[in-house]
Amino acid sequence: MAQLSYREAVSAAISQEMRLDDRVVFIGEDVAAAGGVFKTTEGLQAEFGPVRVRDTPIAEQAILGAAMGAAMTGLRPVAEIMFSDFFAVCWDIVVNQIAKTRFMSAGQCSFPLVIRSANGGGARFGAQHSQSVENWAMAVPGLKVVAPSSPADVKGLLAASIRDPDPVLFFEQKSLYGTKGEVPDGECVEPLGKAKVLREGSDVTIVGLAAMVPKALKAAEILQDKHGISATVIDVRSLVPLDTTTIFESVSATGRLVTVEENPRLCGWGAEVSSLVAEELFWDLEGPIVRVTTPHIPLPSADALEDAVLPSVDRIVENVVRLAD
Amino acid sequence: MSDSSADIRYLRFLKPNGELDKDAPTGSHDPNEIADLFRRMLELRVFDSKAINLQRTGKLGTYPSWYGHEAAQVGVAAAMKKEDVLAPSYREGGVMLCRGVSMAEILLYWGGDERGSDFAVPRDDFPYCVPIATQCLHAAGAAMAFQHRGESRCAVAVNGDGGTSEGAFYEAMNIAGVRKLPVVFVVINNQWAISVPVAAQTSSSTLAHKAIAAGIEGVQADGNDIVAVRHCMREALEKARKGGGPTLVELITYRLGDHTTVDDAGRYRQQDEVDTASDLEPFIRTRKYLASKNIWDTQLEEQFLEQCTNNIEAAVNNYLATPKEAVEQMFNHMYAEMPESLLAQRAHAIHFCDTDKD
Repeated sequence: MAQLSYREAVSAAISQEMRLDDRVVFIGEDVAAAGGVFKTTEGLQAEFGPVRVRDTPIAEQAILGAAMGAAMTGLRPVAEIMFSDFFAVCWDIVVNQIAKTRFMSAGQCSFPLVIRSANGGGARFGAQHSQSVENWAMAVPGLKVVAPSSPADVKGLLAASIRDPDPVLFFEQKSLYGTKGEVPDGECVEPLGKAKVLREGSDVTIVGLAAMVPKALKAAEILQDKHGISATVIDVRSLVPLDTTTIFESVSATGRLVTVEENPRLCGWGAEVSSLVAEELFWDLEGPIVRVTTPHIPLPSADALEDAVLPSVDRIVENVVRLAD
Repeated sequence: MSDSSADIRYLRFLKPNGELDKDAPTGSHDPNEIADLFRRMLELRVFDSKAINLQRTGKLGTYPSWYGHEAAQVGVAAAMKKEDVLAPSYREGGVMLCRGVSMAEILLYWGGDERGSDFAVPRDDFPYCVPIATQCLHAAGAAMAFQHRGESRCAVAVNGDGGTSEGAFYEAMNIAGVRKLPVVFVVINNQWAISVPVAAQTSSSTLAHKAIAAGIEGVQADGNDIVAVRHCMREALEKARKGGGPTLVELITYRLGDHTTVDDAGRYRQQDEVDTASDLEPFIRTRKYLASKNIWDTQLEEQFLEQCTNNIEAAVNNYLATPKEAVEQMFNHMYAEMPESLLAQRAHAIHFCDTDKD
């Protein structure tokens, strides 16, 4: 086991896969000599050379359109969109083309590609560089959507995404880049589509994603210590496919569900989870389903305001206490 | 729009009067070879008109005719090698047929059946791209893969004049230029993007000029001249294969038909313009040239057309006899392996489909 940061785990996963498979190439803006604006891909160009690791012009449609064409022609591209907010300038390629062309060609074309992107707030980057857009991606048929919360999952899930035969949008939470954790040595691959139970409890199930997971864990500690409430914490990890089995099992046992989401409230991923639980487990519930989310606003730049709108440990605790009463 | 300019080469060898320029490139003086290409053009025209009829009689969905584009389409395909990759726009069914896509597949596609894009051959060619100009990006990506593997293959994206206004078109030329990718961007300039004429599309003096800012070569050819189209494409492909990078090839022609079967071009353009363009269309000059070489006449054409019609009828029957896609097909091609949530939704759809039949 080695201690790696969340950002180091990104390059560890890409380099692991590039060593194993010549078809894996990596493209994006400022990813090569600069090693990425978040320093997630340092050393990749030095190891794999300027043909496999390449900077592109500032042209997001070109990055994703070329990745698509390359995937259709036998490569397994990893493409970076610097900030997930920038998906808005190339969403046509993602939604209308990458996601639909297997369907539209009755399976002739396949898209073994990964689009990585720095997602979410907490870094004071303001409204156009801080959004959590995983729920946009989840709404598109034909994509897989992954958002890890720990360095070990970054490495394992990114490696699995690169090996996956279908297009994966891989959301890295930028506020987590500096966090550290144990990452298994050697080849590391974690199957997609499996949620992970990080803490077992009997009173309530808290379901979180990415940066909300460490907050949920912290909240669970406080709930136990100060309020005597025993919480299960589940890291969803993959929105598509969604591991409903793990979530349903836990909610059946606890009877209470709280989702913790960084995306804006309307049609956030937790709304889908809530709806599924309401439909399948209505008679097991002992109280209303509660969603803790960012309000339906863009994220502000000011630190105090950003902190005020992102779900916090205190907000999670307060919501759970009210539900459990 | 001017056909030529100081910066941009303009190629025309087979003149509208049917005379082949004595400066025409070597390799284009064999009339039998031109006759082969002409037969292809004839086949495309008959197929195109049959497809329109099928739409009019309710047997095909909306269909974009390539009436008037036959020389451009056959010329592009004739210059490509089998191992190259075509990234077509929605109007390029003619190029696709020449590449080996079957008539029945083209009809299936426009009949609303996704299996029409699962070509028996050519497996590596891309399906129709209906979003405008994005196939230029996909072609750049294919070229990136060829370059990566050191293969001597090229990608060809075919776009329309309206598509040159899209950001994707510029982004594709730009990234291909900076990486010297083996790709040819073909613009079939048929003067009209639905109802918008080229003059209202851009102030650029030619569309080929748009290559200049990307640092790549732009060239124009008479798109109604099969000799010039094929030659221009051959040059561009050969250059790309040798590592010389991309070229923008503008083929100037005219959309003699409507934009699609749901369009009526009579609402926005003048008949005299269409009449003038009709005099310059590709069949008249090719026919004259072949007749002057004594290898083509009305009787030969009639015989060939009869043969074409029979082939096309067979393809139409094949298309019409194809069983409809089953409801589960929609789900089966979403992912390589179906997620559980979709399995449940598929079962639901099949159940309700069966109920409807009862």
